[in-house]
Amino acid sequence: MGMTISQKILAAHAGREHVEAGELLNCKVDVILGNDVTAPVAISEFARLGRERVFAADRVVLVPDHFTPNKDIKAAEQAKIMRDFAHQQGIHNYFEIGQMGIEHCLLPEQGLVGPGDLIIGADSHTCTYGALGAFATGVGSTDMAAAMATGEAWFKVPESIKFVYYGQPSRWVGGKDFILHAIGDIGVDGARYMSMEFTGEAIRTLSMDNRFSMANMAIEAGGKNGIIAADDITLAYIKDRFKRPYQIYQSDPDAAYARTIEYDVSQLEPVVAFPHLPENTRPVSQAGEVWLDQVVIGSCTNGRIEDLQAAAEILKGHKVYPGLRLIILPGTQAIYLDALRRGFIEIFIEAGAAVSTPTCGPCLGGHMGILAKGEKALATTNRNFVGRMGHPDSEVYLSNPAVAAASAIKGRITPPWEV
Amino acid sequence: MKFTGKAYKFGSNIDTDAIIPARYLTTFDPAELARHCMEDADPEFPFKVKPGDMIVADKNFGCGSSREHAPIAIKGAGIACVVADSFARIFYRNAINIGLPILESPQAAAAIQEGDQIEVDLESGQILNLRSGEVYQATPFPEFMQEIMARGGLINYVKETG
Ligand code: SF4
Repeated sequence: MGMTISQKILAAHAGREHVEAGELLNCKVDVILGNDVTAPVAISEFARLGRERVFAADRVVLVPDHFTPNKDIKAAEQAKIMRDFAHQQGIHNYFEIGQMGIEHCLLPEQGLVGPGDLIIGADSHTCTYGALGAFATGVGSTDMAAAMATGEAWFKVPESIKFVYYGQPSRWVGGKDFILHAIGDIGVDGARYMSMEFTGEAIRTLSMDNRFSMANMAIEAGGKNGIIAADDITLAYIKDRFKRPYQIYQSDPDAAYARTIEYDVSQLEPVVAFPHLPENTRPVSQAGEVWLDQVVIGSCTNGRIEDLQAAAEILKGHKVYPGLRLIILPGTQAIYLDALRRGFIEIFIEAGAAVSTPTCGPCLGGHMGILAKGEKALATTNRNFVGRMGHPDSEVYLSNPAVAAASAIKGRITPPWEV
Repeated sequence: MKFTGKAYKFGSNIDTDAIIPARYLTTFDPAELARHCMEDADPEFPFKVKPGDMIVADKNFGCGSSREHAPIAIKGAGIACVVADSFARIFYRNAINIGLPILESPQAAAAIQEGDQIEVDLESGQILNLRSGEVYQATPFPEFMQEIMARGGLINYVKETG
């Protein structure tokens, strides 16, 4: 029996020729990630282990992005724990304010993750790097602590669901809609413990930014990882970024899948997820009349340059609806600078948007755009759970950046073609 | 190990934001996190829960973020065990790694009602409903995970096994 791409990467990192779904493995990891919420817990657990040094300082990446620039004294204390640890351990992949970005935008951009890697991160959206043909999965802080000490982590070899996307998508449909549609189809636990493998002609022509949006939300279907085999588009992206040797894996033709699901993307409209689960999806034309208090464009799902470009194309020459708050957060400093040079930032500010330094900020209800009781927001983020962006009685809707920008102009959830 | 306690019932897809909202993640002190445990699912929960009580939930408990603050808050609140129809993957992993007892049993999740006294035997995976007298069998953990739990979590496991 053949293996899937995910099984091959796990096997290679366990020093095995062949593995089967369900087996428990101890694997060597290539990169370990933590942020200002999860790393302080990991650092305290690491101290309990009684080890002096991390197994390899160049394989640990620390990014303060959730509550930064520090939102209050407690957040500042947590960020400091991480900063001090980075200094003491000689971890040079620590990104201070001014160089930092949202972790899952930053790591690929900085060339820290690449095809064939096994990556764990104490953040659930670590699965984003699967877009590069890597096996990347979120773990907790204790896993991070143990891996920092040993360079290893335990894994159960997952079964895979194969998603085949075919057809030509229409103008306003992209990776975010592909993945929201799949989550709406299989549900928020439809891929629980499983690997989600995205294939098909519509994926092969999809840009890296769109692929990142897809792999990013594998966790929203309960997936262990999302993965797209590396191809020419991947290689063009990692060229001049990724410095380590890499390995490109493909699933065997006879690999076993728990399910294979096909979607014709030419039939897809932009998708909106209604409160309070990402599976509550509807085509945007069936959203009805949902008036909004706030629109957020950014996050590890849609804070990349193509996302900002889609928003800029729509916002150009328009004004944000009176009384609506539009907040735009570029994913990293490099994306911010790129957007500035291309004139997007000017378009945003002239439209009446607030443009912020890179941060997770409102995405997790941290800071920089918290919702009051009863307020409604449309966001290009990945979660719309109860209280996710503020008050437990507020509501979050999810969409792609074009829908978000159009909705910011009209004041209610609006398809991009109506602007 | 056997525990007896009162069951608090929750539905499906209880996410980590409901277990411990992000607004409290500027600390990882178990006592402080416990004061907000399950707050966005049931605002009264932190006030009424007593050490030894149990959480019983439907499918996909703990979905969402990787925050270990979620099982830490539950453990900090004195919850003896979480029984669910199913657990989201990272929560499952985190609970084992920090030594929070969890059991997966669709039968128990369906049958147990709010306020039932239940007795849980972690070794055998048997859950006894003292109200109805019913016994439900939970899915046994793989040996490797049992070893982590027996040592009180992953840190001790790594320490003791090198
Ligand atoms: S942008 Fe949102 S989902 Fe992404 S890492 Fe930050 S808080 Fe998490």
